[in-house]
Amino acid sequence: MSSTINGTEAVFAAFPDEPAVKALAGVATGAKFDRDELTIAVAAPDIIAACEAVKRAGYNFLETVTAVDWYPSEPRFQVTYHMLSHSLKRRLRIIVRLASDSAQVDSITGVWPSANFYEREVFDLFGVTFNNHPNLRRIMMPEDWNGHPLRKDYPVEGYR
Amino acid sequence: MSSVAAPDQINPGIEDVVADNNRHKHGNDPIADQTMVINMGPQHPSTHGVLRLVLEIDGETVVSLAPDIGYLHTGIEKTCEAKFYQQVVPLTDRIDYLSPMTNNTAYALAVEKLLQLEIPEKAQWLRVLFNELMRLNSHLVWLGTHAMDIGALTVFLYCFREREQLLRIFEAVSGQRMMTSYIRVGGVSLEPPIGLFDDIRAFLKDFPSKIDEYEGLLQNNPIWIKRLKDVGYISAEDAIALGVTGPVLRAAGVDFDLRRDMPYSSYEKFQFNVPIATESDVWARYIVRMKEMRESIKICLQALDGMPEGRITADAPKIILPDREQMKTQMESLIHHFKIVTEGFAVPAGEATSSVEAAHGMMNYYVVSDGTSKPYRVHIRNADYANLQALETMCKGRLLADVVAVIGSLDIVLGAIDR
Repeated sequence: MSSTINGTEAVFAAFPDEPAVKALAGVATGAKFDRDELTIAVAAPDIIAACEAVKRAGYNFLETVTAVDWYPSEPRFQVTYHMLSHSLKRRLRIIVRLASDSAQVDSITGVWPSANFYEREVFDLFGVTFNNHPNLRRIMMPEDWNGHPLRKDYPVEGYR
Repeated sequence: MSSVAAPDQINPGIEDVVADNNRHKHGNDPIADQTMVINMGPQHPSTHGVLRLVLEIDGETVVSLAPDIGYLHTGIEKTCEAKFYQQVVPLTDRIDYLSPMTNNTAYALAVEKLLQLEIPEKAQWLRVLFNELMRLNSHLVWLGTHAMDIGALTVFLYCFREREQLLRIFEAVSGQRMMTSYIRVGGVSLEPPIGLFDDIRAFLKDFPSKIDEYEGLLQNNPIWIKRLKDVGYISAEDAIALGVTGPVLRAAGVDFDLRRDMPYSSYEKFQFNVPIATESDVWARYIVRMKEMRESIKICLQALDGMPEGRITADAPKIILPDREQMKTQMESLIHHFKIVTEGFAVPAGEATSSVEAAHGMMNYYVVSDGTSKPYRVHIRNADYANLQALETMCKGRLLADVVAVIGSLDIVLGAIDR
């Protein structure tokens, strides 16, 4: 059983030597250490700076970009980034919360080109826009599809 | 690194390729000194499923390439949200259908992390055993189809001969040849039948000689060498930047294997080597995978030799279905059985990520719970999806025929890409 640490200050105090904590000290808006996993929340405009900072801190590999739809509560979308460090052998989760009326965040394809397909997938299935993405088009669904299937107000079966 | 970040290195997409081509006045006239756009797939024997590629070629040279995916998109992540936690397991089989038990393991690890459930040692060792047999299964299909793409038809028949034995082992343990659903949340579903370990041992004793056979067919074959060596190069920096994992990354000289570096399910108790190569071409990926098969045999034998005694499921009556005998004799077990089947089991709110080293590379399950008995969100990261992004970098400037060899070396399964 691992303990849960909640809150930016508590987490940052518990892991003063963690490189990601040092790198994100300026931009973190929230933090959580739960089930041996470190999650740090940042504001949407800071995402590129945060990614560059953790990349410099050793988290050299982007695993995924995905999203969670917390409909009907606001902020509705949570974009989740998973980073891995090959040298530290540790994983980091960065989350960004987006309100439904401004569901857009800067693309991190400039930091990790591997974000390309993942951001297209989130755009396709959640309708979150990634600014400055080189090729933001649907990837799973047909080009002329209406709606975003992984949103919670999109039914699993039956009519839309 | 910066070379990958350049806009044209990121897959440009079909429309851009076509738009580029329309700039040429002569269209698709093959005699004109222009590039030509051709379509490959989705129905093409060497694309390993329904992968569609749009290629811009200049004579025989690939100028640019864009994968078009989604033909097999069945909305598994959406379906997961409508099922109980235990009902998601059969869906995970169908994602990477060449290694279903690896998918089961990754899903089970994520949910067990949310539940903070301790898994008995025997179940963990059974998971290791069957994960490694799945690796052999997946690599056999890879070798057979890869060799067939290049024109060595015999190898395919040899590989499927051994795969048949593996499928019989899976059938014996789970009742199913391919969609096994053997590894469940909280442990494994069934006690292995008597005599199964002897069958596995007999298979493993025989299997090294079979690998020698495949190598005898391929290793010194001049056509095989010419088609594989110096084809599909990608630098280690580019591979990391493009999200490549698994044997493809290890063939680029990056010594990283989750089984050794971030062990799960008792892998830290096993001794094995992580094969790497530095050439980073199709040949290096072939060598790495062949060596991996021999390492998997070692792990399987260690798992069989040291198989612990004890339970195969965690001691959590509210999560794991009771024994049939208990259910029929004990009131409490009957209640638990009824509750689990009709209501599922509630999982504490939170999010958890599991990560396993599948045959194709890193496989992650990101499960978000809102405290109910159905997952709020399941995201599946498969190595195939990210590895496919590196295809253009590997093929650019090379011959069209090499694209087939490179796709084979990536070892993609479209079920895992489209989900």
